[in-house]
Amino acid sequence: MDFSVLLSDVPTLLIVIVGVPAVLGAYIVGGEYLVRLLPDKSRPAVRPWIWVGPALVIVGVFLVYPVVGTAWRSLFDTSGDNFVGLSNYANQLAGFPNGNAWIALRNNIYWLVLFTLVVLFFGLLFAVLTDRVPYESPVKSLIFMPMAISFVALSVIWLFMYSYQQPGDPQTGTMNAILQVFHHDPVTWVEDANIATLALIAAGIWGFVGFAMVILSAALKGIPGDLLEAARVDGAGEMTIFRRVIFPLMMPTIVVVGTTLVIFALKAFDIVYVMTGGNFDSDVLANRMYKLAFVAFEPGLSSAVAIILVAAVVPVLIFNLRQFRAVEARR
Amino acid sequence: MTIASERIAVPAAERRFSPDWLGQVFSKGLLHVVVIGITLMWIVPTLGLLVSSFRSPSDIASSGWWTALSPPFKFTLDNYTGVLNTSNLGTSFFNSFMITIPATVIPVSIAAFAAYAFSWMKFWGRDFFFLALVGLLAVPLQATFIPILSLFVKFGLTPENVGFLGLWLAHTGYGLPFAIYLLANFFRSLPTDLFESAEIDGAGTLTVFFRIVLPLSVPAIASLVIFQFLWIWNDYLVALIYVGGTADFAPLTVTIANLVNSNGQGWELLTAAAFFSMIVPLIVFFSLQRFFVRGILAGSVKG
Repeated sequence: MDFSVLLSDVPTLLIVIVGVPAVLGAYIVGGEYLVRLLPDKSRPAVRPWIWVGPALVIVGVFLVYPVVGTAWRSLFDTSGDNFVGLSNYANQLAGFPNGNAWIALRNNIYWLVLFTLVVLFFGLLFAVLTDRVPYESPVKSLIFMPMAISFVALSVIWLFMYSYQQPGDPQTGTMNAILQVFHHDPVTWVEDANIATLALIAAGIWGFVGFAMVILSAALKGIPGDLLEAARVDGAGEMTIFRRVIFPLMMPTIVVVGTTLVIFALKAFDIVYVMTGGNFDSDVLANRMYKLAFVAFEPGLSSAVAIILVAAVVPVLIFNLRQFRAVEARR
Repeated sequence: MTIASERIAVPAAERRFSPDWLGQVFSKGLLHVVVIGITLMWIVPTLGLLVSSFRSPSDIASSGWWTALSPPFKFTLDNYTGVLNTSNLGTSFFNSFMITIPATVIPVSIAAFAAYAFSWMKFWGRDFFFLALVGLLAVPLQATFIPILSLFVKFGLTPENVGFLGLWLAHTGYGLPFAIYLLANFFRSLPTDLFESAEIDGAGTLTVFFRIVLPLSVPAIASLVIFQFLWIWNDYLVALIYVGGTADFAPLTVTIANLVNSNGQGWELLTAAAFFSMIVPLIVFFSLQRFFVRGILAGSVKG
């Protein structure tokens, strides 16, 4: 390994480490200074834009602009020259319920429900249980470890876990070895259309519980200890404290984590792409979009799938708007 | 095997789930059995990979990883030496830092500014912009690559001209929706009294932000930094698209993926590479974990 490069380039890295925060700090301090030069009345109107400005500009360029372009592109045919209206959407959504896009959509719904609920359940369980043991830190680190692994490595791990040998042969995959102990025939986990999606979701759950646990645990630590103490002094049981004190106070964070997980479930790609490539009825919308764009070279159809995926998030937004307004009304 | 016996203990414990029972159990230490049991279950896949990373490709293919735990021991360091001898490993290790540190600092800072405005300032279109941001979380990144790449070429934001700047900005754009969403929800939950008393004391916006909001949000910011850092550290696709073409700019993930050739040869190196590239995210996690402590908010309103 050529570590010498690390030494010679360390000054560059240091400049970046110091320079980037300096630029960001200078921006906000300078912006606020300029706001103060304004007359008293106009300050509240200008100030918010200084604070949200950079975020809106960058998100506008890197997300809004491509999405608008994609929506526009979805109205044209493969060559991009002829306007075809909504026929790319009609093409993709044809053949309900057995069309390929519908299978992908169905699988996304499986992901959305199973992945989100199970990850939230385990995340909350670990956050609450580890809070009560003295060895919290090592346990949380071990649960978190799958998060530190890249999706490609995660998929490699689970391909090992699910690996299949003929019945009677020694099994090399952990899952089938466990089945063998119980005298059950080995299962082709990721090559069976009935269970492939479930097998992929299980791998995703394993990888993401650490995410939910860390954020929920941060919220749990934000609950004042004297509040819990007071409840205990009043004779409340641990289950009551959880239901009546901890859970309601953590609700906003649970909504945030839940929303993020729902959106990750809609966007599920890497695990499917590496482990099955969408075969065996395990396709999802993001993988379908990728295949249409970069394998089949159908930019019109691929854009339509991308827009369907973005549209699927609208119900989640409505739920969030309600939550947002509720928090607002409470203060 | 201890793992097997712990695993059986978990469902048995859950069957007798009731409030009174739970109260007793917590005192009796069955809590420890549940926590340790699930943890052991959780690490089995990682353990399997760890053991496999010390085995030869033919052993991995012919027998399960657990067989390596009993004699005769046939462990080898070949996979690790294979990874460490990759050309450009040092450069790409350095590149990963050059990409990840700014691509974490920039979005987290900009998101903190924006989240502060979203949660404690009133302005035209606030709710609309906030919801639009949450909605943009759903944009599949694959759909943005071609438009953004042509934009980069048009404005000369290529690695040859500006180094990693284009990639930093791209990661910032992709990371901002989640970062703002998470931080705004946390900032919003801070007690209103805090802001009122600060105002009475004559504190300006900057003082409130740097002296009150940021210090009180340390656990949320720490968790955001952890995730942003490790998502970018482990990112393969975005780096490949924007800077991956040249070895001088390739991060660790791209170099490691190149270990496996198109015929799939060299896949066993991925087992060792997974642990090699995991070291840095784990160090970040360990060092930020101490910020997850109870009582940061305690006493903040009084006085």
